[in-house]
Amino acid sequence: MSAPAQTRIIFKHIDETGYTNDIECYLRNGGYEVLKKAVGMKPEDLREEVKKAGLRGRGGAGFPCGFKWSLVDRKSGKPIYLIVNADESEPGTFKDRYIIHQDPHQLIEGIMISCFANDVKQAYIYIRGEMPEGARILEKAIAEAKAKNFVGPNILGTGYSCEIYVHRGAGAYICGEETGLIESLEGKRANPRIKPPYFPAVLGLYQCPTIVNNVETLCHVKHIVDMTGEAYAKIGTPNNTGTRIFCVSGHVQRPGYYEFPAGTITMGQLLNDVCGGPLPGRTFKAVIPGGSSAKVLRFGERYKGKRKVGAEMVEYDWGVEDVPMDFDSLAMIGSMGGSGGVIVMDDSVNMVEALANINAFYQHESCGQCTPCREGSLWMKKITTRMVHGDARPQDGALLKSVADQIPGRTICAFGEACSWPTQSFYLKFKDEFDGYSEQKKTLPADRLTIV
Amino acid sequence: MIQPAKPDLVTVNIDGKEIAVPKGTNVIEAARQLNVDVPHYCYHPKLAVVGNCRMCLVEMGMPAVDPATKAPIMDEATGKQKINWIPRPQIGCGTNVAPGMHIKTTSPMVKDAREGVMEFLLINHPLDCPICDQAGECKLQEQATAYGRGYSRFIEQKNVKPKRTQLGPRVTLDDERCVLCSRCIRFSRDVAGEDVLGFVDRGSYSTLTCHPDKKLEHNYSLNTVDICPVGALTSTDFRFKMRVWFLKQTKAICTESSVGANTVVWSREGVIYRITPRRNDEVNDTWMTDSGRLLYKAVAAENRLKTAGSLDALVAEAAKLLKAGSVAIVGSGRATVEEQFALKKLAAATGASVALVSRVGEGDKLLLSADRNPNVRGALVTGLITQLPSAQLTALAADIDAGKVKTILTHGEDLVAAGLTAAQLAKVNVVALATHADATTAAAKVVIPTLTAFEKSGTFVNQQFRIQKFATAVPGPAGATDDLAVLAKLTAALGAQTPGATVGAIWNTLAAEVPALATITYANLPETGLLLDATPWQGLPFVEGETLHHKPAAAASA
Repeated sequence: MSAPAQTRIIFKHIDETGYTNDIECYLRNGGYEVLKKAVGMKPEDLREEVKKAGLRGRGGAGFPCGFKWSLVDRKSGKPIYLIVNADESEPGTFKDRYIIHQDPHQLIEGIMISCFANDVKQAYIYIRGEMPEGARILEKAIAEAKAKNFVGPNILGTGYSCEIYVHRGAGAYICGEETGLIESLEGKRANPRIKPPYFPAVLGLYQCPTIVNNVETLCHVKHIVDMTGEAYAKIGTPNNTGTRIFCVSGHVQRPGYYEFPAGTITMGQLLNDVCGGPLPGRTFKAVIPGGSSAKVLRFGERYKGKRKVGAEMVEYDWGVEDVPMDFDSLAMIGSMGGSGGVIVMDDSVNMVEALANINAFYQHESCGQCTPCREGSLWMKKITTRMVHGDARPQDGALLKSVADQIPGRTICAFGEACSWPTQSFYLKFKDEFDGYSEQKKTLPADRLTIV
Repeated sequence: MIQPAKPDLVTVNIDGKEIAVPKGTNVIEAARQLNVDVPHYCYHPKLAVVGNCRMCLVEMGMPAVDPATKAPIMDEATGKQKINWIPRPQIGCGTNVAPGMHIKTTSPMVKDAREGVMEFLLINHPLDCPICDQAGECKLQEQATAYGRGYSRFIEQKNVKPKRTQLGPRVTLDDERCVLCSRCIRFSRDVAGEDVLGFVDRGSYSTLTCHPDKKLEHNYSLNTVDICPVGALTSTDFRFKMRVWFLKQTKAICTESSVGANTVVWSREGVIYRITPRRNDEVNDTWMTDSGRLLYKAVAAENRLKTAGSLDALVAEAAKLLKAGSVAIVGSGRATVEEQFALKKLAAATGASVALVSRVGEGDKLLLSADRNPNVRGALVTGLITQLPSAQLTALAADIDAGKVKTILTHGEDLVAAGLTAAQLAKVNVVALATHADATTAAAKVVIPTLTAFEKSGTFVNQQFRIQKFATAVPGPAGATDDLAVLAKLTAALGAQTPGATVGAIWNTLAAEVPALATITYANLPETGLLLDATPWQGLPFVEGETLHHKPAAAASA
């Protein structure tokens, strides 16, 4: 079977020869035409288009964007802020960076349309601290757009004014959590806020109604307004509309980023046909489908159940390769589409050691505010580190799982889930490997952990 | 008194019991009213809610309604409205009651959540209870006992953090014991108004410390020790001195200023070890000043007065001087209401004029008022004085110079500090009732040692005209006598009727003779005190500015 063709909407010009990130190039390619169209429309109609499009947030949670916008408190009299979440930090995810680096004006146009649709006068791009180049590019792009009157006072003579500011983070994963991001933007430690009462749509930045959207999500808004919500909704599958960018990393022949209509491609097609299959002489062992916090899938396991296709309930019996790559299908089999970071592991990977790596990351990134995540993430890390580098015990796997079970659903923010799901799923899916690790370790080569 | 407007009540069901509580009450406080304990660390009734300890997780449900018609969905089995239980536990501190809300605090989900949080809190805790000052009053101990699993599964190395950081002159921090509840940070920032504390580092390595170039040295720093639910913040003064379970607790009133903060005096075998605030939502909430906590040091001060001789002989000698006439009396705004009343009786018996000495400092707008006498209003209420005192006894000095005064009886006031010169004192006979040696007692003809506020009981009237009582914490030293007994003996020696030699006895006369106290008995005085009618003294120029829970009449009308 030949590789399915990509449908590049967001990544249309990414890696295109001769395409540069300056405004002249963008304008040559039809740039800011959609903004010109948008400012001629009514804001509420724009919001309606986004709702009709069925756009779901591309940051990880897949929350419907139109619904998020409808929650904004527009009666408080307070200013409404829009924050662009460019704190792309989920391991395995590398899509927003490419948009910012190679096509920043696409993002700015998307921001401006979204700001106009929501009567936002000030937007902030919160960009990850480790992306200084991206911040420089955005600063330059905003200046260019201002010079052309696409950003700033009295945009395109409409009387509508809006400024965009770039704010660089200081390098913490938790700043991608929207309320943590807001705290950080306010100049404080990025401790996520308790919800209730601090829902960003009501009490966000400076206690004002605030919209926080991912970079890719806002780019989609541009295309929705361009082609209308109805046309956009036809891309992909019902409830999983538009395209999704998959960032494939790990043990495949051709890792990289690929854009497909959501749900039209299966995991098997993506990994085997698009990415060229496993490395020579290897077989796929496991895949994390949506960034490192998503639950791992084991090749060889079967997922059975019923799902809705059109109006009917249809039975499905999938292997990992058969799963359509969309939010709902991945959620049905117990994982998530997340940020689209597909991490592939072949049979050379020891799952205990892979988990030790993931646990070290989440422990390091826990903000430390609330007890289960703070203590649980470090404890899990200490256990897996001890298993790998010290004395492993047969009961450690069960203990790990039990510790992980005490975290999710009991924390202030979703980091509790993010840090415990890997441990829960790794142990569940590879129980034998964890339980037998203490014995297996004796036969493993001593230099296996050195990074080449 | 103006009754507060009736708050909107909300009925909630907690563990099957219904209770109506004011709107805005959170689940912890609502449960408390039903005597249901919802364990917590970070939540404090007087601080902002942050919901970070996750100990107060409860199971919550709301009555089911049809989304379309809003009609209640009934449960056919019970005939009651169905409850939609939220599948995840919710925090009790950050959840305000809503009509019909159902809460479970003992369900398996809640039990499991609490056990999990307790285990997490203890894995990196040093478990050094045998040498920890907090032992006996430690929330971690109490809740581990009540809600923990009772065993540990943790075999890794515990985190290592600083063990004895001096955060300021009075507070020592053990970071390993800290559960990162952030109460101290919020207190310093929001109540004391000095944002000096914060966390550095991340995750489980988060460490409490002062901001660069700052110290925890404000006059409320020891409150952070009180509210620390564990043994992380300790009082440098109290550290390693005494096990709390050996200490006797006595309810007292702080004498530092006219705020009248409610306190607890902790003592053992007649020795005071510490003073902590006692909650009174109308006066001091749950706070008090650091400076007020140190006042107990006066009890065992080196210049404490004691007599080896007979009290009766001293009284007889004093009475002889008082009988000679031309007496002036200097009363005290630090004396109790009862003593001021007894002194008034003595003044009447001698025909003496009475002056008080004022003490004015700067108020801090929180719990230290400008008037550093705790009970000037008591002197007004009892009628010992009718005008506010001044700092200097200039009128008395003039009378001495004019030869109008032969004897001065001072009740605890240092006349030299109040402006009388040594030469003026040499012209008169001084009878001093005093606790500590000073220039006045040195010059006095008769010195009768009396008791400090920690060694007696009585009442004070604070700046709000709230009368508050306090009890005897420790016995006075041998050779010192209760002021009331001394005043009664003096009055008797002058041939007048005594109002009583004890607090209990004197209250019969007080209630009968002082209109403002007519309906009050000492025994029935509520713990939170009682507001007196201040109308008769409304026009007086009181020195206090605004403090917590007190707005002076002038400021209030401005």
